[in-house]
Amino acid sequence: MRGVRRSFGATKALRGVELSVVPGEVMALVGENGAGKSTLMKILSGAIPPDEGKMFLDGADYVPGNPLHARKSGVAMIYQELALAPHLSVMENILLGIEPTRGPLLNWPEMKRRATAALAEVGLSHVSPEIEVRKLAIAQQQLVEIARAVALDCRVLVLDEPTSSLTAKDIEKLFALIRRLKAKNISVIYISHFLEEVQAISDRFTVLRDGETVGSGVTKGTANETIIALMVGRNVEELYPRSQRTAGEVILEMKELGGVTKPRSASLQLRRGEVLGISGLVGAGRTELLRAVFGLNKVMRGEIRVGQFSGVASPQERWSQRVGLVSEDRKTEGLALGLSIADNLTLSRLSGLGPFGLVMPSRQREACKPWIAKIPIKCQGPAQRISGLSGGNQQKVAIARLLHADVDVLLLDEPTRGIDVGSKAQIYQLINELAARGKAVLLISSYIPELLGTCDRIAVMSRGKLSETRERAKWDEHSLLKAAIGQEEG
Amino acid sequence: MTDKAETTSEAKAGAKFSLSSGWGNILGRFLALIIVFAFFAFMVEDGKFYTLRNLENILRQSCVYGTAGLGMTMIIIAAGIDLSAGSLIALSVVTVAYVMNIQVPGADGQMQAYATLHPTLTPILAVSAGVLISTLAGLANGAMVVGLRIVPFIVTLGTMGMIRGLAKGIAHERDIYPPEECWINNIMDPTLSSATRGWQILPTGIWILLVGVLVSSFILRYTRLGRHIFAVGSNEETARLCGVSVGRTKLFVYMAGGFFCGVAGLMQFSYIGGIGQPTSAGMYELFVIAAVIIGGASFNGGEGSILGTLIGALMITILYMGGQQMGWPKWVQEMVIGGIIIAAVALDRLRHRKAT
Repeated sequence: MRGVRRSFGATKALRGVELSVVPGEVMALVGENGAGKSTLMKILSGAIPPDEGKMFLDGADYVPGNPLHARKSGVAMIYQELALAPHLSVMENILLGIEPTRGPLLNWPEMKRRATAALAEVGLSHVSPEIEVRKLAIAQQQLVEIARAVALDCRVLVLDEPTSSLTAKDIEKLFALIRRLKAKNISVIYISHFLEEVQAISDRFTVLRDGETVGSGVTKGTANETIIALMVGRNVEELYPRSQRTAGEVILEMKELGGVTKPRSASLQLRRGEVLGISGLVGAGRTELLRAVFGLNKVMRGEIRVGQFSGVASPQERWSQRVGLVSEDRKTEGLALGLSIADNLTLSRLSGLGPFGLVMPSRQREACKPWIAKIPIKCQGPAQRISGLSGGNQQKVAIARLLHADVDVLLLDEPTRGIDVGSKAQIYQLINELAARGKAVLLISSYIPELLGTCDRIAVMSRGKLSETRERAKWDEHSLLKAAIGQEEG
Repeated sequence: MTDKAETTSEAKAGAKFSLSSGWGNILGRFLALIIVFAFFAFMVEDGKFYTLRNLENILRQSCVYGTAGLGMTMIIIAAGIDLSAGSLIALSVVTVAYVMNIQVPGADGQMQAYATLHPTLTPILAVSAGVLISTLAGLANGAMVVGLRIVPFIVTLGTMGMIRGLAKGIAHERDIYPPEECWINNIMDPTLSSATRGWQILPTGIWILLVGVLVSSFILRYTRLGRHIFAVGSNEETARLCGVSVGRTKLFVYMAGGFFCGVAGLMQFSYIGGIGQPTSAGMYELFVIAAVIIGGASFNGGEGSILGTLIGALMITILYMGGQQMGWPKWVQEMVIGGIIIAAVALDRLRHRKAT
């Protein structure tokens, strides 16, 4: 296999991309959301043709007509949102579109044999190929997708943000698998926002900005700051700003709070003017804790108090008690993608937008403008649909909704997941300003440097139980991880 | 990609957006309506298609679909569906006739129509009863969707049969012929082509529809409830998270659906000549849903407009009546209307894909 080289000409999103991968190499592709990574993916997979430029695979012209053609040429994509048919079995998913047949009928024994082989290669030999895909955990589903690529003898594997919903342990497994694929001379293009991951897994990196390649190099020996500077086009000296904050009265308090299954027991005190972080593994019960506080999940045990209001409350009541939640899942829960920015931003507080309790669309749009300018949200205007925004800007709308409702307590569940570094920096800046102005922020994050950077105090959720809250200075990455996997330190 | 929006000029971005926005949508549909109308105006011989009388007939015929479509638009925007609309209309028709036909013992001991004894009160009672019973049935639809957590398609598929059965039960499976005529019989009477009723310009029923259009557009556009209907339809989870009372919003749209079907029932009663016919308005749910969809609503919710639905109702009526006057056989008419529905939605999808 000779070197693979691709270059593209101008489309709206891509202005000139140079990218090359040699066999058996992991190439990290980094860039802010909106830099053109997803367009690049679509071109690679044959979903859309490039306007200009050429792609070469093994020295020959590579012109994928459609995604199936791309797969058959040996270029496989693993998208961030998994593309599996949940009701079909594992083997049907693995061989979807290339099902072995015997005459007009499916050749089930052959299908099973090939699926089993592919599963073994990705380290899923313990999973039955006949089980329905929806019964698997997310991490396993992702491996099934990779198995699908392996079953096709792919030569170039493109992974888009593969770790965004994985736990640290599953990430390790994934990395081990990538190294095995590498050893088999498969080229991997690894798209990620996590520079730590880029450092851990990639041989070389390429940075995209505004649809152009702005830099590339050998990963080893390149500092994260260098890459970040390339990505945002400026130096990010201080990613985590920290103004003078003074902790005030306790505004949210819970004692031994328990839900239906998770959380089992959570106690904490959140004060005005502080950012309290909750660390822990995915599935430990952090999201469930926030949902219980907000009245979206049932509270079975324990006490909860918000300001002078004691006891459980519905989401409506929580909003009126000036508590707001940003969901971890902005696409299916956090935002109505088909509606405008104005509709989404004002949905939690439609009062005061017109006479007699009416809602005037012009006033809705007017109400958004200060937030669009301040945060800032990059958009065509308040009437633009959410679905047309990049992930980072969508998330900023979800947070602006809390600001519009003028809440005192902000419950933020993974507010920076899957968004670009520039947007992240703006969100950290915003969190800092809010805390400095006396708001209380409860922040869930799986990204430990972010917690250590933004929070004043941190607690750890492990198997549904929330640890005691400690000053940030008393934690480090190591102790947070240890607490998360349930090994208490003395 | 969107990050580059900053570099495009504000004015350009604004213009680009308005094309795919509400008014652009309506305009496109209106043009399509004009084209279809022009087609029949040219094709039907002797200019019969654009006589005042025929224009009025188009309006009168589309009035029932349009009125029932008001509620259906809200339901579909909230990502629901109401298959019982036709049955609800029939229930209202039958109830009006039933009240107009109530017999009581008169002064001489003979059975007499209540309507004869109280010619003012009875029609009012009849209208109230017709609209109320449909509204309650709509509310029951909503209660089952919300309370039993069954998808609306199934709930209303069930109630489509139940409500039609109820209408037949009230009428004892026969047409009811009320003994007295009253003003309800005349709400759909022609006015433009009538010498005596010309002063009211349009038939009463169309005035009622226009009031309904104003009220429902206003609710959708300028009230919290209206914004909540869009939010629930676009993303129910988001709405719940934002403190919207999802259940109450859904109850309202199904109730509004019942209400407007009840009003449409009054028009249907007049249109078919003041008879309580329990089998009337058969399959109307399909025409009403088609009107809403041609009007730009999406079955996925979050999209749709009252004006669009009106255009959809007119479109279906023009196709139907135009086909009739061209002398097309019934089977051709049915196929053409079916094809237009698919074409309208396919065009929408194409436009959407271009927009994103």
